[in-house]
Amino acid sequence: MGNLTSVFNAFEYLGEDAMICAHPEELKEADRIIIPGVGSFGRCAENLKKTGFMDALNEEVIHKAKPTLGICLGMQIMAKKGFEDGEFDGLGWFDAEIIKINPSDPTLRVPNIGWNEISFKTDCPLFKDIPQNKDFYLVHSYYMKCNNEQDIIATYDYTFPVTAAVLKNNIIATQFHPEKSQDYGLKLLENFLRWNP
Amino acid sequence: MSKRRLIPKLQLKTSSYNTNKLVLVNTKQFNEVIEIGDPVSQAKIFQDQAADELIFIDLDQTLHHSDGLLKVIRSVSEEIFMPMTVGGGVTSLDDFKMLLANGADKISINSQAVKNKTLITEASLIFGAQCVVVSIDIKKNNSGKFTVFIDKGKTDTRLDPVEWAVECERLGAGEILLTSIDADGMREGMETTICKQVSDKVNIPVVLSGGCGRTHHFIDAFKDGHADAVAAGTFFSMKDENFMQTRAQIKNSGINIRVHT
Repeated sequence: MGNLTSVFNAFEYLGEDAMICAHPEELKEADRIIIPGVGSFGRCAENLKKTGFMDALNEEVIHKAKPTLGICLGMQIMAKKGFEDGEFDGLGWFDAEIIKINPSDPTLRVPNIGWNEISFKTDCPLFKDIPQNKDFYLVHSYYMKCNNEQDIIATYDYTFPVTAAVLKNNIIATQFHPEKSQDYGLKLLENFLRWNP
Repeated sequence: MSKRRLIPKLQLKTSSYNTNKLVLVNTKQFNEVIEIGDPVSQAKIFQDQAADELIFIDLDQTLHHSDGLLKVIRSVSEEIFMPMTVGGGVTSLDDFKMLLANGADKISINSQAVKNKTLITEASLIFGAQCVVVSIDIKKNNSGKFTVFIDKGKTDTRLDPVEWAVECERLGAGEILLTSIDADGMREGMETTICKQVSDKVNIPVVLSGGCGRTHHFIDAFKDGHADAVAAGTFFSMKDENFMQTRAQIKNSGINIRVHT
């Protein structure tokens, strides 16, 4: 929901043949899967279940191991549990919980809206040819708290290191919006297209 | 830490030459309108200058009887990869859906937020708080006190700007766009006093708009007004100023903003 159009447009711009899947069975045709999304965790989880997408995604992403990119809520929904407006089960692909950002400096805003410098682990394929500490666009009130440190490949500072990107097997996901982050964002999407986990 | 943002505000109006087309305009105190060009090509220029976001406001509120606004944001989102807030005549959840589906990231609501507060809450639940921008237009009334005006500045709601902003946050808004009608298009400085009061009372980001004429007006808005972002229309479209110059000067005054992509 929400940023579907922007994400679609970004991949079209990169010359990729993108398709918006309205039905779970359409996922079978895809070589790579992108889960975008802005909105609330609970509503998203309910919709994925109700529409049959949850089962289809588990089949294509976990069983068939297609390269998959989550963006923003599309990343958060991969966690075990989310605590936005209640307690909900997510896809459970990452041993993590989605909790509210709680900066120790009370003047810092929540939601955090804007450009933040992202630092990443140097060997990450997603950030190939992107320098350290470049600005990416974020807009979120909740973040992914990972129980496995090694899943985290990028963070940004908001009085504490906020999870900015995670990676596990064939799944990579960003809290920031590459499709809204101008040149470096497009570069990152290109890297995802070239990534062969 | 999130950087302070500079946001070109693109105000749209039905073209006087072609009534199916929206053109970019500047306004003065919400009245005097000057047509200045094509919104899509202007948006591209702003992207090349690495503006932080874009705000599109359809002053004629054509959303319910024409696809002009949708056309503009659709073509912008095909070529421009930065955040876009869109507003002007949004009255329902369906309007939210339609604008989001055509490429908007955040939706700004103004008069309707005052008339139907549940829209803020419902939109926030469905699309997330980050998507709901409440636009608050303020103006000094006869007794010298700032109040909230709606219906394009024509109706005085008598609401106090700070109290209204606090209520918007409580109802689920994710951002406040605060515009001084008196300062709009005058290039004489921004309404930093009210902005500071609002900023200090809410925990969501506040975007200040209206009155930018010189670079130091941005700096005043950040330093004195505690604004998280500044939106400017006239400043970026009527002068030779560009983002690179403005940005460097603001950065040099010690404010944390992006200097280049």
